Amino acid sequence: MEGFLNAFVALSNFVLIPGLAYGAQLALGALGVTLVYAVLRFSNFAHGDMMAFGTMATILATWVLQSAGIGFGPLPTALIALPFGVAIAVALALGTDRVVYRFYRKTKAVPVTFVIVSVGVMFIYNAVVRLFIGVDDRRFEDGERFIIRAGDFREWTGLAEGLALRTSQVLTVVIAFVAMAALFWFLQRTRTGKAMRAYSDNEDLALLSGIDPARVVLITWALAASLATLAGVLYGLYKSFSPFNYFQLLLPIFASAIVGGIGNPIGAVIGGFVVAFSEVGITYAYRRVLSHILPDAWMPDGLVQLLSTDYKFAVSFFILVVVLLVRPTGILRGRVI
Amino acid sequence: MSFLIGEEMTGGYGGADILHSCTIGVERGEIAVIVGPNGAGKSTAMKAVFGMLPLREGRIVLDGRDITALSPQERVLAGMGFVPQSNNVFRALTVEENLEMGAFIRRDDPRETMEQVYTLFPILKEKRRQPAGELSGGQRQQVAVGRALMTKPQVLMLDEPTAGVSPIVMDELFDKILDIAATGIAILLVEQNAAQALAIAHRAYVLVQGRNRYTDTGEALLADPEVRRSFLGG
Repeated sequence: MEGFLNAFVALSNFVLIPGLAYGAQLALGALGVTLVYAVLRFSNFAHGDMMAFGTMATILATWVLQSAGIGFGPLPTALIALPFGVAIAVALALGTDRVVYRFYRKTKAVPVTFVIVSVGVMFIYNAVVRLFIGVDDRRFEDGERFIIRAGDFREWTGLAEGLALRTSQVLTVVIAFVAMAALFWFLQRTRTGKAMRAYSDNEDLALLSGIDPARVVLITWALAASLATLAGVLYGLYKSFSPFNYFQLLLPIFASAIVGGIGNPIGAVIGGFVVAFSEVGITYAYRRVLSHILPDAWMPDGLVQLLSTDYKFAVSFFILVVVLLVRPTGILRGRVI
Repeated sequence: MSFLIGEEMTGGYGGADILHSCTIGVERGEIAVIVGPNGAGKSTAMKAVFGMLPLREGRIVLDGRDITALSPQERVLAGMGFVPQSNNVFRALTVEENLEMGAFIRRDDPRETMEQVYTLFPILKEKRRQPAGELSGGQRQQVAVGRALMTKPQVLMLDEPTAGVSPIVMDELFDKILDIAATGIAILLVEQNAAQALAIAHRAYVLVQGRNRYTDTGEALLADPEVRRSFLGG
């Protein structure tokens, strides 16, 4: 019995809890991608670097707060800086739309043009972020790092395995849950949210009904930039911030959005967790878990790891390709792309 | 002068003209029908009245006010409702949300109008929490008409509302259209099913190649042997 408990604790510690936190981050990122796709009808490749930009703004504000001696007690200072980061990211998104995307909307460019334009925007965001904050890895988590430490857990329970619960993990799940609930409430219950869904569903009829497309586009960018910053900051607190990593996050985020059904917000959330648990579950070495439940004689020699963590992005790629081949509309039937 | 009139409309989508000095008018509480063979410019004439077609000549007058320069959205505000032929509901939105979106430009409380729409189409009240995309063709047309009624229009324009529905549903829809006209709304209708449409029309326009061919009451056109032979199949 204790063996199974130990195995479960180890599994929670290394797979379930990290998967949950990572999944929540991907879900927030995928929600931004899916909203832009639903309303503006293109895949926004600049979303990863939008995350990096918003996170950078938050980190810079965090440093200012820290040097002024302002903290948030046991919670990371970055949470106080977050509204500032969100505001900067929203301003950037609206500015970009004004000087770049609006031109292509006016000329009624085809979606693929928008995609390529977003790649250009991505490079610019990317360069701006590196110019301001550099290419290095940055850790900006402060305050109390753990809610439960592995050592304390072992002491309380008397189990051989420890369970560590990090502040950033709990913050991620709580903040992501609140943000998603607020987003769904907005989309389902408010007049503006319904107008956004209506515009996404049938542009011509929305125009006939007097829905202002400029306003819908504006709100979409504001939401996408806010979600991107939120996802970026939570990811950065949990792991670390580096511009290149955030650029790479684009892949699992797109995989999440497409797996769930692109253009469908609930799909984005489901997709985020599917991709996160696949990635974490496939790259984890299960030897430790098995050692608690298998008799010694049965223990395998290897690490029982399906794929090295170096190849974790291959998991997203694989899921992406399979979904596009087998069910291109995704789990919840989004649009076919 | 009619309550709503498109006078001597000439124009097309950039290339050659589709409408040639075409005139369409409708009175309050009456039903005007546009019929004619395929490609006669029936839908185009209606779109022109609604401001979705650039006119080279002619003008549109609503209740004595020249609205030729207004955009379709502005015409909605001026009291015109339009039900397009296809893609005329928000499929992902529930029936009730469709009606709410219909009332989007209204600043007052639209609930009373919604109740009126539910009274007119009781099935919609039953299905109000269902996405419009899941409804049958006839029910979806009711949602589309209901959506357009939410702005309390003085003129309702319907582009082939019975396209692709069964004959029974078609009769029901025509009955509803008569009910709507009875409330004092002017109704402009484009129809493929010419015989049935003429039977309920106070006034009818037969268009051929973008020109007015016959204009009379529905009854008179139905009785006209030439019209019967050419457009109603005998």
